[in-house]
Formats: sequence, structure tokens, C-alpha cells
Amino acid sequence: MAHVILRHRDVENIKELDVYVKNGGYEGLKKALSMTPEEVVNEIKAAGIRGRGGAGFPAGIKWSFMPKGDGQKYIVINNDESETGTFKDREILEGNPHQVIEGALIAAYAVGADMVYCYWRGEYMDAAYPAEKAIKDAYKAGYLGKNILGSGFDCDYHNHFGAGAYICGEETALLNSLMGNLGQPWSKPPFPAQAGAYDKPTVVNNVETLANVPPTMVNGADWYANLGTDQSNGVKIVCMSGHVARPGNYEVEMGKVTYRELIYGDEYCQGMRDGKEFKALLPSGGSGPVVLPDALDGNVSFEGLNDYGSMMGSASVIVMDEDTDMVWAALKMTHFFKHESCGKCTPCREGTFWLEKTLHRIMEGHGTEEDIKTLDRVAHSMQGKCLCALGEFAVSPVIGTLKHFRSEYVAKVRQAEAVPAD
Amino acid sequence: MSETVNIIVDGIEAEVPKGLTVVDAAKMVDVDIPVFCHHPKLEPVGMCRMCLVDIGMPMFDRETREPVMDDDGTQKINWGRGMQTGCTVRVADGMNVRTNTEGVLDARNTVIEFLLTSHPLDCPICDKGGECPLQNLTMAHGLGDSHFPFDQKMKNDKHVPLGDLIALDRERCIQCARCVRFQDEVVDDPVLGFHNRGRKLEIITYSDPGFDSYWSGNTTDICPVGALTTNDFRFGARPWELRPVASISPHGPEGENITMSTRQEAKSGGRVVIKRIMPRQNEQVNEIWISDRTRFGHHFADADGRLMTPMVRKNGELQAASWDEALSLVADKFKAAGSNAAGLSGDRMSNEDLFAFQDMMRNTVGTNNIDLANGRIAGGDVTAQVGVGTGTNLADMGAGDAVIVFASDLHEEAPIWWLRVKQAAQRGAKVFTFNVRETRLDAVAAETTLYKPGDAIDTARALLNALNVSDQKAKDGVGAIASAIADAENVVAFYGFEGLTYEETDSLSRILANVLLVNGNVGKANNGLIAVWPHNNTQGAWDMGIHPAFGPGYKALDKAGKSAADIYESGADALYVMGADPVGDGLMNGRKNVGFMVVQELFMNATAELADVVLPAQSWAERDGTFTNGERRIQLYYPAIAPMGKSKADWQIIGMLNEKMGGDKPKMAASLVFKKAIAAGVAQYKGMDYRSLAQVEKQFPDVGGADLYYGGNSYENKHGMGQQWASAAESGEVTSLDIPDAKSSKVSGIATIRTAALYTNGSLLQHSELLEPRMATPRIMINEADANGIATGDEVQVRVNGETMTLQAYVNGVAPQGVALLNGVPHVAGVIDAEITKG
Repeated sequence: MAHVILRHRDVENIKELDVYVKNGGYEGLKKALSMTPEEVVNEIKAAGIRGRGGAGFPAGIKWSFMPKGDGQKYIVINNDESETGTFKDREILEGNPHQVIEGALIAAYAVGADMVYCYWRGEYMDAAYPAEKAIKDAYKAGYLGKNILGSGFDCDYHNHFGAGAYICGEETALLNSLMGNLGQPWSKPPFPAQAGAYDKPTVVNNVETLANVPPTMVNGADWYANLGTDQSNGVKIVCMSGHVARPGNYEVEMGKVTYRELIYGDEYCQGMRDGKEFKALLPSGGSGPVVLPDALDGNVSFEGLNDYGSMMGSASVIVMDEDTDMVWAALKMTHFFKHESCGKCTPCREGTFWLEKTLHRIMEGHGTEEDIKTLDRVAHSMQGKCLCALGEFAVSPVIGTLKHFRSEYVAKVRQAEAVPAD
Repeated sequence: MSETVNIIVDGIEAEVPKGLTVVDAAKMVDVDIPVFCHHPKLEPVGMCRMCLVDIGMPMFDRETREPVMDDDGTQKINWGRGMQTGCTVRVADGMNVRTNTEGVLDARNTVIEFLLTSHPLDCPICDKGGECPLQNLTMAHGLGDSHFPFDQKMKNDKHVPLGDLIALDRERCIQCARCVRFQDEVVDDPVLGFHNRGRKLEIITYSDPGFDSYWSGNTTDICPVGALTTNDFRFGARPWELRPVASISPHGPEGENITMSTRQEAKSGGRVVIKRIMPRQNEQVNEIWISDRTRFGHHFADADGRLMTPMVRKNGELQAASWDEALSLVADKFKAAGSNAAGLSGDRMSNEDLFAFQDMMRNTVGTNNIDLANGRIAGGDVTAQVGVGTGTNLADMGAGDAVIVFASDLHEEAPIWWLRVKQAAQRGAKVFTFNVRETRLDAVAAETTLYKPGDAIDTARALLNALNVSDQKAKDGVGAIASAIADAENVVAFYGFEGLTYEETDSLSRILANVLLVNGNVGKANNGLIAVWPHNNTQGAWDMGIHPAFGPGYKALDKAGKSAADIYESGADALYVMGADPVGDGLMNGRKNVGFMVVQELFMNATAELADVVLPAQSWAERDGTFTNGERRIQLYYPAIAPMGKSKADWQIIGMLNEKMGGDKPKMAASLVFKKAIAAGVAQYKGMDYRSLAQVEKQFPDVGGADLYYGGNSYENKHGMGQQWASAAESGEVTSLDIPDAKSSKVSGIATIRTAALYTNGSLLQHSELLEPRMATPRIMINEADANGIATGDEVQVRVNGETMTLQAYVNGVAPQGVALLNGVPHVAGVIDAEITKG
């Protein structure tokens, strides 16, 4: 099947505006402009496009929360892609940027916004400069700016850089950062649709989510809804990394591909690296609980891992082989969360610090069984008590590994041998 | 309380105002939900997570909207997926809150445990220890144990100066952002912020000088730990050693309610001394905020150099004397002078002092030559007619209301009013400012009218005329302002004296009175006139009859006495100067034509140096009394420290002298002066006494109370919220006022006016060393177009009224073209033609 999102893999140079247009580009926008904004929102609702940033909130419903009528509104593209093991949005914007611009324009038209901000994570600077060209070309060709395609619809588009903070993938922290404030989330309400960027109604959508919009407009909601499963429509890009032979992004129809196929299938990763045994995988980067070999039969969809105690999230799959030290893995991920905690709320600020300190002690061979209980306790002290999802997810590596690999922790504290921490 | 909702908190059913947060609503039914970051005066943020509670809503069927019932016949409650922060959730009808479940109690344990791992627990040396919410809540909700190694606790800087007034202890900070939010949201001086992230998150100041705000001290009150302390109090005393004394600020006309924390000290020779000043909650006046001037400007009370004993001039020298000797001499001289005697008073004295003063001069000595020594602004008789109605609370003003501010820079002159007018504007009130130059309040003003120096009266008249021509609605200019004022539900007008002569302020007050009368914006709460008096009791001085033409209560006299200006010009056989320094202020040129002069003062000032007798008075901190603020609220203050030397309260000195001259015996107490003399002699004060002034009512939000989490933030008001006296308009007696013509002080050259500065080097503030670096330096601001080769930093000579001052020049875009602004210099009335020369 031809790619829906990663079209640059099928069509050479589709990042160039003329190639994109020649291959049906901006037809979705034209169709949207021929409809009323309300009809566009309903079309996306009917298609059932769920957010691809991880939470899976239906995009059409998010759009419908925006107040009707005049007044400044914003579309913000969340390209802060910072989840461990996620690298799909970068490829989309590098390879097929116009599909994102077109999706954002359709969203802007649907909700009555005349400004799109694309928020890039700071580390993507080198990828963003080529993307500037796409914006310039789109302006020149009349897809951006005043009176787009003669429809009377105006919309501007700006790239904005973060300063390198995982938390800015959280939509309210992203908006704070966009406004020049400290990148810290705020306690919702107000939701961005009520008071987002500069206190104005704002939709924040993931890059991949918006890339799904143009083909849906062109082919219709039914076409999109027929892809995937009942609860997970469409296609999903899976970022495969870790101990596999051929890591990378793979676009799959949701519900149709198991994790086993992803790892061992010829069109996907073609097996484990060096032929090692599979041990565990993280289906959604550091944020989702680790799963065991039984979960390989689960499929890539929002509901596909429900029976295995985890979730698809943004589909950043980190595969680990038999040699992986799970305590070490937990420490690496916990270090990440500690480093990225914004410090706004107490449980996350202090909890991530103590999780890391305690894991470090265990890794260094100075741990005691009491330290394992401390990990349990700290994780419990954070769960359900943090201001935003970062803190809630930050306990995931510890809780997941303690659940499935407690024996490795116990062995470490019993051996009390110094193992060098990486 | 307009709309209410019904909620259940821990099984207690309550009807609470709509829009409250769960934390504040629970407090109304005496259920404490502990908080750190939340503060009822700040927008909620939900970041400390201490207030996590279970919040449920009654369940309804999605399809039918019918209530879903439980087996026992009650409606099912949907408790949601987890706990929520009680500080960010607003109450809704039917809401059910549980604050004592296992999960809630456990959450509090863990938040406390976490907070303490990055807090030094140095309570034994911490200024906040003893009144610290973190300490309190740890005792109430902490585990008493930690699961973490102590040597991995946070270590951080313990002394970070945030400017010269406030010190930050980074180790103690729990990152609640109350200080940051106070500076951003409340006072709009966004000079604090967070830097870095995670456990490295720390408070920094952006401004130069650091923490540049007139409100910085308030952050030390609302800080829930000992992270922010004032350099005035830091390591000064332990809170439990302090005795709180209710008082009123001796500085501005707003009448900030304060608490003086005092203790006896061996190092101070066994004296009781003031260790700090903190706000005392009065939601009608200053809420829980005070300016830094009030907080740090108390050191004059126990400063070196206070007069300790009466002095009499012998052989050309002032020499210590007994009270009896000094007063006998004064009595003889004044008795002899009779109607040729004169009395000049300052306007910082209490009502008791002022009443006794004029009573003695008028009824025992026999003269109406009584005036304020430095009367800069007229209109007490006008505010007596149309002053703001009783019950006025600027915090009640908002959308649909209007505020006029004329010829005043409220931010410098009366910062509490600036704050409250700004907040009214943020709630939707339309603020109209009128001045020669831009002021801070313009930022929130609906419209700012800049007039040329000397044009104030014409501008005010134009506004009045436009209001009277109601059928011609202008789209811009004064006409548009007039229609907005006509449309407003409530209108309050402030007027000051920037760039105006005394006569002009008299006309201005009357014009504004008529502006308010056009649409009946007088005689009711949140409507009327407020004079931006220069001092804390100028209003009281007017009320008490410190005026050549009015007796107490604005009773017009048959025969007016001499005004201060006349007295300075023509002298007197005997002159009594109480709490003023006309020589030092440049109003009186030596003591020519003054036969005998007595000065009653705190310090040996320039006038006292020339006096025949000097009498040592007590500062406000040493005695009790009442001040009347600009909203005509009479407020009581109490003695905090022991008298200095042989000093006596002014009313006592006057009482003793009065008796020596054959008058009545002195009263035994200030309260009796108030009750027997003032309440009897000033019609507007009838029926009041210290007991009625000491009355308090329950205030909301309750931040000074007995709970464990706002404690240490502000003092509960237990000693009196004062009483407002009713203006004449409240009994419907006022018709349009006559407007005398005031000679405009226009000039041909560069029009020079004096502008006020909050920190002006005078007899009160010069003893507060902390404020010295922030004191307004003598300067002149000139427009670029008028600079004529003068640049910022140049020294210039400015000739004002025949005297030459050396000032630093600033060509900084503040002064409008054709105008020069004097700052940090003694009072100069009206517009003057100043000669400015370089070098």
C-alpha cells in the first residue's frame, strides 16, 4: 500500500511544492475551502482522526471545542517531538512538509484561526531551515497569506523554536514557551480552546495528526474511517528503535500489524540485532509501561495493548534484547525524566530526583532491599498527584520494571556488586 | 455575595458564593484544606499539590439527564479518576468534597515529605520559625520521618540579596511562586521570576536595582517559608518574642492598617523597640498589603536625635529645662499675645492633638490665627460636602464604574490607592487620568488627558461643561470622557496638587465636586471625592478645624484669622509651631516679626533651632490616638513603645499648657479627648469613641486567622477597622458649589513643576537607612527639545523662587516638551518659571 503520510518514500521530492501539487497536494485545502468550516469539522469528526501525540484525543472534537464567531484564534502545531525514541514528526516535516502545512491550514479554516505557529523542539534547528523553504514557497503560490486561493480566507504561518525541553510537548507548557514564558504547564482549566496562546482560543495538534487531515479531506471521512479498527482509524507511523536489525519509521494501518511482525517482519525491522533473544519492549518510549514477549501479539492501535497493561502512545517502540539490564534501563529513563522535570509541581520535581538517586545507588551496588521499597513508595507518592502528565509518566519506567523484573533489582541489591553506571 | 451554590464538604452542607475555589469555600465551613502555593489574593496555580482532595459531582444519566440513584435512594456521586487540587477547582452546585480520606491524608504526607527533602529544616535560626506555614503543616500533616538519606538533601545558597531590601534563602524556597505571582498579578512590577528547571528551579530578580518595587516587603509576608526575609528584620528576633501592637501607618493618606511587632531588648537599654511592621488586614482600606515606605519607614520613632527634654533659650542658647519652667514661660507669652498669637500645625499629628491645639488657641489664648504650616492642597471643606460615601470600598468598583484622577501621581503619592484603582481598572472600571505628564496609572487608564502646565482648571471646567451639555455626545476628547462618566454607575474622583497652587486646588476640588453632582455621584458608597492629601492626617486636620476660617467640623467662623502665608509674611507676637518645620521647608524666612516662638517636635529641626522654647513630643509609636484617612475613615492606633526621655504626647502638652493659661484641666487619656472633646465638638464625629473605632467584623478572605496555612501572612484585625464619617451629601444637602477664580500660574519659559516621590528624604524617612539607596535624589527632568545642550547626568543650577538649587539633569523622555519636572526637592507650589543653567 502506498504511504498516506510518509509519501516522500513513494514520490521523489514531494517536499517541493510543485511535486506535491502535481501529486494531489492542496486538493484537500481546496475541498475544505468549498465547504463551510462547520462541515470541515464534522468531516474530521466523522473520520475519527485521533491525536497522534500519544493521548489519542479525537481531533475533530478538539476543533469543535473552539468558540464560534470572530476573534483571534490560533492553530499551534506541536513539533516538540521529545518522547524518548520518537522521530516520526521530524521525518514528516523533512520529507513531506506541505502535507502538514495543508493540514494546519484546513484546521485553521475549520476553527476560524488566521495564524499557525509550528513549535519546533530546539534541537531540530537543522531540520527547520529547509522547512522554511516550504513556507516561503507556499506563500509565493498563494497557499498562505491573504485571500488564500481566492477564497477570502487569510492565514499566516510561522516556525517557532523551543529551547530544548521535553515538557514543552505538553500543550500548555508549549504555549507558555511560545509566548516567551518559562516552559511550565498550567493547571487546566483553562483549556487551550478557551484561553491558549496569548489568552486566545487555540488548537494544539501534533504534526502527524495534521498530516492525516489532507488525505481525509480528499478521500472523504468514510475512506479514512474504513482504515484501521473501530477505535483506531487510519494509519500510524511507528518509530522502531533499540535492539532491532533495521530501526526506523514504519507507516502501518492501525490494528493490522502486531508488534511481533514489526520486529520480525521482512518489510519492517527484519528481526533482532545480532539475532539476540527479545526481552521486552517499551511501546511508547519512556512514558508507557514496559511489556514482555506475550505482548508481541498485541497490535499497533490505541487499544492494541490494553490486555498487556500498556499503551501505544505516540508509538515510539524501544526494543530490548536479552542482554539488557532492566535496572540500568530504568535508571536511564528516570534520569531523562528528572532532567526534564520543569520543577513546577512538588511530586515530580522531588520525586524524579529521588527515583534517580535511589536507582543510581542500586546500580552502583550500594542498594539495599529498603531502597526497592523506597522506589515503590516514591512512585506511589507521584502517581495521581502531579500537575501534568510528565510526572505521571515519569514513574512508568520504575513501576514497569519493578512489576516485571523485580528479581533483577533484588539480585543487584543482594550481590551488592559495583556495576559501573553508564 | 451574589450567586451561591450548595456544596457538601466532609458531610457538612454549605451554601457558598459561586466562583470560590474549593479551598476557600471549605474554609467558610471551618474545614481546613492545607495549601502552600495557593493564596486567596492570587490566581490559583495548583503547583504545590498540598490541597489534593476528592471532588465528586452528582451523576446524571447521559441520555435522559435524569439523576442516577444509589441503592439507598441517594444520588450517585461521580468521584472522577483521581484527586484534584482544591485550589484550582471552583465550587459548583451539588459538589461533594472529601478532605479526610486515606488517599487525601496520604497525599499530604507525601507532599510534605518531598518538600522537606529540599528544605534545610533550619527552623531554629529561621526568621519564619514560629509563624511558618511549612512548619505548621509539617506538624499537622507530616510523617515525622523521611525515607531519604539526609546527606542527599538539597544544598543551596543561603543568602542571595534580591536588591537591598529583601534577602532570599534559596535552600528554604519551596518554589510556590507566591512572590512571583504577587509581583506579576497584584502590583504589576514583574521583577521576579523563575530560572532553570526541575530541582534547580530558583527565584531570581530581573530588575536593576534588584527587586525594584514599592511592594517588595509583602512577598516576605506571603512567603509560606522563610525564603524571603526583609533586611530590616532578618535575624532580628524570633516571632514568639514579639508583641503585636495594632497601628496605622504614619505616612500616606490611605491609612494603611499595620501591626508593629515589638520586644524589650537589653541591647536597647531595656527599652521596648519596634522590630518590624507588618500589614493588619482591613479589606476596606489596604486589604493585606502595605507599601515598603510604611514597612521600613518606622525608624524615626526610636532614632538618635529625638528630643528628650523641654528646652528654653537662655543667654541665646537652648538649654534643658523642666516641663513646668518651659510651659510657664510659654503660657505667659501666649496669654500676653492673645489675639496677636498664632498657631501653625503639621498634618501628621493625631486628631486629639489637633483638636486640643485649636481649642487652646481659640478658646484660651483667643485667636483664630490657626493654620496648617504647610498646607499644599485645599478642599477639606469640599470633601466634607461630597467626599466618598460611607461604605466606599475601592475593591467593590469594577465594570460599569469610573474613576477620575486629577493632578496626582497616585503611585508615588498614595500607593495603596494606586494599587486599588489599578485593580478596579483591571476589573473593568474606566479610569480617566488628567495631568501635565504621564503617570504610572495611565497604563490602565481608559483615557489620559495631558494638559499644559497652568491649564488644569480650564481642563476641569471643560469636563464640567461637557457633562452639563448632556445632549451633545462627543466622540473624543473631554466630551467623550464626560459621556463615559455620565454613563458610569459609580464615580470616584481623586485630586492632588501636582503643579497646582493652593488656590488652584481649591477651585479644582469644587469643579470636581460639581462634576460628581451632575449625575448624583455623591452621598453614596463608591461615589464621591477623595483628596490625595500629602500626609496621613491632613483630612483630620481639616476636620479638627486647623484652618483660619473654619472651626471644628467645618463651622464657618465669624471672623477669620490669619492664614499661614499671612503669618509668615507679617509675623505674630507669639507663634506656636506643632509638628512642622516652616523654616526648613523654606516657607518662613527666619523668625522676623515673630516675638516669641515655641516649637513642639520630635527632632531639632531648622525652626526649632530658632525657637525660644522647644518641647519634646512623642512619635505615633509611643502613644495612642486617631488618624482620619482620605476616605474619611477614623482609625485608632495604640502605643507600642515606651516614651523617649521626658517627651509627652502633643495633646498632653497642650492640655498642661491650657491649664496653665487658665483653661480646663487636661484630659486623662487620648480616648477622653476623643470622646469628651472631639465627639462633642466635631459634628461629624458625633457618637464615636475608641470603643466604636475598635470594632471589627469578619473579613473575607480570612488570611490572618487561626488556620495553619495563611498564618504569618498578615495580622488578623482584632483592634479596630475604624469608622467613616458621613459627608453632607449623604443627607442630601448639597447643591452645586461656587467656584472661585484661581489665578493660573502659567509661565512663559519652561514650565517647571515639582513631582512627588514615595521615598523623599524628610524627617521621617531619613532615619531608615535601608531606604537610603532608593531615596529620590534631587533632580530635574527636561525634554530633549528643551535640553539646550544639557545631557543626562549633567549638573545644572536651577533658580526657583529666587533660590538656587544644584540638581542632576535627566533628559529621559519623561518630561513633555516645554515642561521641566523637579523631583526629590522640597515642596514647590504651582508652576514656576525656573532658570536652568548648566554647570
